[in-house]
Parts: sequence; structure tokens; C-alpha cells
Amino acid sequence: MKIEGKQMIWKEYQKEIASDNFFYVRSCVRQNFFPGSEKTFLRIMRDELQKDVFENASHTTCSGIGYHSDIVPIETTMTMIARQFALMTEAGKENFTTSCITSFGLYNEVLETWHHFPDVEERVRQNLLKATGRSFNKPKNISHASDVIFHFRKEIADRGKFTLTDHRTGKPLRVVEHIGCHYSKMFPSKGVGGAEYPYVLAGMIEDWGGEVIDYPERRHCCGFGFRQYLVKANRGYSIACSKKKFESMESYSPDMILTNCPGCPMFLDRWQYAISEMEGKTYGGNGQGIPVLTYEELAGLVLGYNPWDLGLQVHQVPVEPLLDKMGVPYDPGMKFKGANGEDLGMPEAPSYLNFYPETA
Amino acid sequence: MTNLYQQLSQDIRFIEGMKACLNCGTCTAICPAAEFYDYQPRKIVDTLQSKDEAAIEALLKSDTIWYCGECMSCMTRCPRGNAPGMLIIALRSLSQELGYFVESEKGRQQLAVKRTVGEWILKYGYCLYPSQISPENHPEQGPIWEWEHKNIEGVMNRLGANYEKTGPGILRKIPQEALDEIRAIFEVTGGMDRYDKIEEFSRMKAAEMGLDLKEGMDNDYIRHIYTTNSPKHSRDHED
Repeated sequence: MKIEGKQMIWKEYQKEIASDNFFYVRSCVRQNFFPGSEKTFLRIMRDELQKDVFENASHTTCSGIGYHSDIVPIETTMTMIARQFALMTEAGKENFTTSCITSFGLYNEVLETWHHFPDVEERVRQNLLKATGRSFNKPKNISHASDVIFHFRKEIADRGKFTLTDHRTGKPLRVVEHIGCHYSKMFPSKGVGGAEYPYVLAGMIEDWGGEVIDYPERRHCCGFGFRQYLVKANRGYSIACSKKKFESMESYSPDMILTNCPGCPMFLDRWQYAISEMEGKTYGGNGQGIPVLTYEELAGLVLGYNPWDLGLQVHQVPVEPLLDKMGVPYDPGMKFKGANGEDLGMPEAPSYLNFYPETA
Repeated sequence: MTNLYQQLSQDIRFIEGMKACLNCGTCTAICPAAEFYDYQPRKIVDTLQSKDEAAIEALLKSDTIWYCGECMSCMTRCPRGNAPGMLIIALRSLSQELGYFVESEKGRQQLAVKRTVGEWILKYGYCLYPSQISPENHPEQGPIWEWEHKNIEGVMNRLGANYEKTGPGILRKIPQEALDEIRAIFEVTGGMDRYDKIEEFSRMKAAEMGLDLKEGMDNDYIRHIYTTNSPKHSRDHED
């Protein structure tokens, strides 16, 4: 009875997540900066879990970054989103999953707007028909790809070869999680755990053996701010936000940062580099940074995938300290090789950040 | 001609995001922009609910409306269900429709956003595209991005992308038919009109400022708006 009672209390913080037959749309940021993460998501879904995840090559950006940097009007963005729904409808799918938090927030916002203003939905339908000849059904279920990984976190743990524990001491790794503002700050009921107790990443960390760190600026924005990063003159805003988080988490000595949104890992990774260049300051001890991972990358590590297949080599903050703690094997000599060992040269080492730890 | 408040009132973000504000300041307390810039979302909402046309016009021509990062943290916390971040989107839309955006340093930056993200959407079908994210414009991306940018095909191939190739996959070449559909959507829904207005008002402003403005990013006006950052924006500035 007590368990039922607790489940009732937490009901509003739960969300329904589809289990199969997904229509998948990609993220502009993740494709550019963490392509291995999307590759890994599909590998887990299709190869490990035998799920049907369909992608139409004609899907495009939802225009979300353009919308939130205010160059794209809402009518245009709503119609771009309607086109994505039309491609889903034509594929015979009803479960829509997206790799992007900006998109996820916008899909929820648009559906909410259409719910309250049916005339707006009708106008968008007419616009889409006029522009493309397409029509659409609304999805029955919308998830962010992290919701789906969360949904299958126990299956991933069951298949796992590594856990979030320090294999030398047996102690849980200490993990900072960063949800990304548009996941649940706008429409709390659409995210696992809502805005107050977001659990989508914490659930993965706990089930994969780690310890979630609570720290003062846990819910502060990473600092993307759309135009605040896109325009060079504004990037002080962006780095200041990330720095506020690093300063707040530093004393808790996190072993890694786990992220939800495609943009957040890029900013939390790159701004550690920029702060080190500007101030000589690093946050991971011994001149190291705090490794920043996407949830797909972490799921891949737990499943025993080769770190360089996951794309961990394209992080500016090296991930080797985390791999060493987890006991994940890796070949340093292959880190920057192309397919079939192709020589692509090596990145330059930053001034302060310990980038080539094995030679330091 | 309707007044500015009436025009804002027709925006769906205004309808959804504007209730009666009690001036508690919770939005300002939670706002990342308010920590960095001389900015208070509370004041924005209060100005709007005053319906003072002169004050609203000044707001539309100011730097103030361009400080928000649209993280929407305010939307979660407002005890009255206001969404200052949504109101900012409505204000920025009207500022661009009326050409007021070129009257502020931060507003003028919209041309740089249009000529990057805006044109990439139409040209590539993505908001961002790796060949266009130059290390020169993005020094914060560090040596790792310099290496990736230099070896983009090799890196993307190693990570399983379908870079600039047909069929599904990461950074695939979006089919021309899909790009044509995007362009048609922009034409039907006002997206292209917005782009044209940003260009036209910027061209007039560049002439007024005596700065050269040509196509692309390599010209004096774009360099000016992309890099100029006056001390006045900071929360800690001294008048």
C-alpha cells in the first residue's frame, strides 16, 4: 500500500514513454558536434534492443535555433514542425522521438498552442498543404531520445559490461547531471520528474551504479542563450553561465558531467577549455578538466562499446580519466585515427588543459 | 494603424505569456541574463502592462529586449503564470517587423544571425553546418574543432556519419526536394519576409552609419555588429 501511495504522489512527475515503433528526428547541434552519439543511440535501439526506429532522409531542422534567436517567425517554425509530423504520418508511425531538446521543447510548445488555439492549428495545416501538399496527424507520444534511454536504462544495465564505479576502489563515481532548460522548464509535465525533480539522467546514473551530486547551481542554464552564443560579441554571457556552474560544482569533485541537451555538453566542454586559456584555471584537478558526456556516450560505455566509436575523441576535455576509473580499455594510439586507421594528424594541445595525459 | 500594445496583443506568445504581473521579481531572481546584463525581466512585464506607448516604443528600440537567452527559467517560476521569455520573443518579432531593431547595438546583431543560421537553414536544411563553423569565428571551440574542421570528412566518416551523401544518417545531404519545401514554407508563412526586412532595415542603417555592407560576412557592417560589445551592457557598468 505504501508503494502504491508513493507512486500516486509521484504520478504527476512521470511521463508515458513509447517502447517501440519510433519516428526519429535528428539534432543540428548533436550532428555537428557529437555525431557518434546519434550513431550510438540507433546502435543501442536497433542492435541491442531490437526496436524499430525509422528515419526519413528528407527530415530537416525544425528551425528551432532560428526561432529562439528570433530570425524565424513562429508561423514558419510551426509549419516546419508540421512537415516533420507529416513525414512521420506518411511513415505510418505515431511515436515521435527527437535527438534535440530545443526541438523537444518546441514540439511540446506547438502542440500545446494548437490545443488551446485550434484555429492556429488549422492555419498551419493550410500553410503546410499550400507549401508542400502534405498533411499530418499529431503524434500520440513525443519523447526526447534521453527519455527512451531512460525507459530502457535497466535493460542497458542488465547487458552492461561496465558500471559507474571506480573499479580500483569499488566506490560509485560522483556524477553531476545537467538537464537542459527546454527539457522541462517550459512544460514540466512533458519531462521525467518535471521541472522540480528531473530524473531522466539521475535515473540512468543510479541504475548504472553512480552517485548523483546535488549542488547549488544544478539547474542553472549552461549559457547557450541562442543569440548569446551565436554572435561573437555576446559570448561573455554564455561562458559566464557555464563558469558559474563549474565554480559551484568544483568542491564536490565530480568524476564527470552527464548532459541531456545537444548544446549543453558542447558548452560545458568548450568553456572549460576557454576558461583554462583565459585564466589558467581547470576544474578536474592535476590540470585536468571534468569530462562531459552525452547520455548516449555513457550508455555506450556501460555497454562496452569502443570509446572511439562513441566519438569521445572529439571532446576538448579529455575523457581518459573517466575511462581509467571505470576500467574501460582504450587504445591511445587510435584516438585520432580515421576509419581503417587513416592518419588524420593530431590536435594541438591546449596551453593549460592536460590534453595528452598519457604523455604528461 | 493599431498601436504598439495592440499589435503585441495579437501575438500568440503575448496571449499565452502575459497575465497580471504583481512585480514580485521572481523572474529576475532566476534569470541568467539578469546576472550578466543590466537587465530585469520584471521591468519588461511591468512596462508592457502599463500600456504606455512611448515606453513600449523605447523598449522596442532598446538593447534591453536583446539580453534574454530564452532559457525560459522564468516561465517555470512565475507565481502568476507569466512567461517573460515568451514576451521577449513577441517584442523581438515586432521590433524586427517595424525596423526598430537597428536602433540598438544588440538589435543590429540580427543581421549576423540571419546571414549565418538563417541562410544555413535554407541552403543546407540544418541550423548549423560544420564547414561553416570556422575556427576563426569560434576560437572557443579550441584545437579539437580546428582538427575536426580541417579533417571534417575523415572525422565524420570515422564516427559513422553520412556527411554530404544521399540517404538517411548524420549530416546527410538533404534532398533538393526537401530544401524546396523548406523554402516554400518560408515563403508562405512569412519567414522570407522576415529575412527581407532584416536585410532591408540593416542596409539603411549601414548607410546611415557609413559602413560598407555587401553579401556574406566579409564586410565592415557585419564585422562591426558581430564583434562590437560596449561596456554599457554589463550589470556592473558605471554610467
